[in-house]
Amino acid sequence: MLWNSLTYTGWGRVKTATGPVARPERVSSLRAALADDPGPAIGNCRSYGDACLNDGGPAVKMVRLDRMIGFDETTGILEVEAGLKVGEIARVFAPRGWLPTVMPGTGFATVGGCIANDVHGKNHHGAGSFGQHVTEITLMRGEQATKITPEKDPELFRATVGGLGQTGVIVSAKLQLLACKGDVMVVTERRIDGYEEFIEALDASKATYTVGWLDATAKGAALGRGILEEGETDYGLVPPKKSSKSVPFNAPRFALSRPVVKAFNNAYFRRIPEVGRTSVKPIQDYFFPLDRIHDWNRLYGKAGFIQFQCVVPVDGVRGLKRILEKIAHSGLASPLAVLKRMGPGRAGMMSFPMEGYTLAVDFRAGKKASKLIAELELMTAEAGGRVYFAKDATLDASHVGAMYPELAEFASIANKIDPDGHYETDLTRRLKIRKAV
Amino acid sequence: MTENWIILGATSSMAKAFARAVSVEGARVFLAGRDMVDLEASAEDCRLRGAQGARAVKFDARDTSGFAAIVDEVSKEDGMINVAVFVGSMPPQADIDADPSLIAGVVTDSYTGPAAFLQTVAPAMEARGGGTVIGVGSVAGDRGRIGNYVYGSAKAGFHTYLSGLRNRLTRSGGHVVTVKPGFVDSAMTWGIEGMFLVAPPENVARDLLAAVEKKKNTIYTPFFWRIIMGIIKAIPERMFKKMSV
Repeated sequence: MLWNSLTYTGWGRVKTATGPVARPERVSSLRAALADDPGPAIGNCRSYGDACLNDGGPAVKMVRLDRMIGFDETTGILEVEAGLKVGEIARVFAPRGWLPTVMPGTGFATVGGCIANDVHGKNHHGAGSFGQHVTEITLMRGEQATKITPEKDPELFRATVGGLGQTGVIVSAKLQLLACKGDVMVVTERRIDGYEEFIEALDASKATYTVGWLDATAKGAALGRGILEEGETDYGLVPPKKSSKSVPFNAPRFALSRPVVKAFNNAYFRRIPEVGRTSVKPIQDYFFPLDRIHDWNRLYGKAGFIQFQCVVPVDGVRGLKRILEKIAHSGLASPLAVLKRMGPGRAGMMSFPMEGYTLAVDFRAGKKASKLIAELELMTAEAGGRVYFAKDATLDASHVGAMYPELAEFASIANKIDPDGHYETDLTRRLKIRKAV
Repeated sequence: MTENWIILGATSSMAKAFARAVSVEGARVFLAGRDMVDLEASAEDCRLRGAQGARAVKFDARDTSGFAAIVDEVSKEDGMINVAVFVGSMPPQADIDADPSLIAGVVTDSYTGPAAFLQTVAPAMEARGGGTVIGVGSVAGDRGRIGNYVYGSAKAGFHTYLSGLRNRLTRSGGHVVTVKPGFVDSAMTWGIEGMFLVAPPENVARDLLAAVEKKKNTIYTPFFWRIIMGIIKAIPERMFKKMSV
């Protein structure tokens, strides 16, 4: 059958939608679904909040359109269907010396999702965002498929990349892959004792891939302590791959209670010797560390979780410190907290990245977390920063205009293409994105 | 030596997963079906995943005139000839009740069409002294049930055909695996009510490869369907006829 009435959630499991979902296995059935009842495309639902939800309306789940449909060895341009998982590209191509130029923190994200959220990776400071390495997109609106490129259709392209699916269904795309040495990573980890040192270390890092893990429970002089990870691709013997595990049930509340998280973070920090260490890892383990634990979102229990991710400009460093202080004093943070330097690279009007620093912290959903995150969002706006739609479940619509200066232009393009609002999602409705003309 | 796999009904999700699995092992695949645009895309996918070669070939279970050409094409290549059959059609029983002429199509798609193809290719397999046939039947073929007995009876016929073909090909070193899948997470089951224990096509593909490797005769996939069908088959007919399972 074409449609299946489903209740589905984003990765954080705090937002839920119910509606008919089509899951075409051929382009012809995708066309039939869009002709029957047009709706937004969704992928593996790895965005955390409601960017991948359409409550009460139809959605087209693209995961079965997941083929690699062309590769040019000389240029490294790979054409794939939108439902292909980005980790699958890495798995197949890394042994042959190619990688997706940009990879998000999970290999389960689909290429369509990576484009629609213009995702970034650990090499953003050098390589820019995912969309900057997309050379062509095949978009389907109604039953009509069109190919768009950044040169021929700059406006529509910039509205599609990072465009949250509002310009139509991304059917396939051409990606510029990056030549790499092999499918192994050499990773250097060292301890960082505090916030200022972390910022300096991130600024000074010359590595291709750089990311910082933060102990978001550390306060006072230890505020902002963590581990800086720098990586380069390499070739050689791969350590045997450990099999993946899964979380079989929702964890009880105490699993992420304050003392448990504090103790865990302390141990995690001290795991790295004071002089630092260098190790070799399979590429998948480096880029997608959490993918080995299936359904890790269950660790947050039935209530689900919210990830707060913001970016602030370079001169917002002090503002970001205040944000971090607020989080540390709340005692609500989980062990998953990441700090990263971002470059200016972004490919769409609604893309998240800006030159500066990005912070991501997970919180178990609840009243206290919601109140805290609302304050953090305000502080982000005041620091001239923005919140990441791919993670967002809570932002107040009033902040969006200031955070995303091209909002009105984006809205007018989306409304022209989709006057009846077929491709609206729960997120675009909640944030009144299409109303901002 | 390269293994050649002719995959009938290659647009289905189970067939796609299987084609990928043999491509990774370096086989040459012939993706046979009707939607050539879709098959060409799958062929490229197979090549990029490691297939020695991948071609889309036109196959329509209801048109036997094209069968010999496929066999000729495959016969040009070196290596063993293997066939995996994923074709079949299952219109809702209510549609068949309303239009009994639909039965002919169901039987052709699910049984006589693929059987005629296998009959055409069998001499080529025998000439090479080996090769494997995977015939995907269905648990629906184990017992006629009110919900899908036309489809079930076609698959039952196919099961019997496969057992005979196994008897024949064994003599020349070949083998036939009869596969009885339960519910597979595919376009066929998407949105159908009453589905349970639905298996991802990738898992089914893994089971098929293992069955070929171990030269199994009949497998259920996932394995527990053997138990479920064992129970269903054990119900006495005088009771079964009043049930709707």
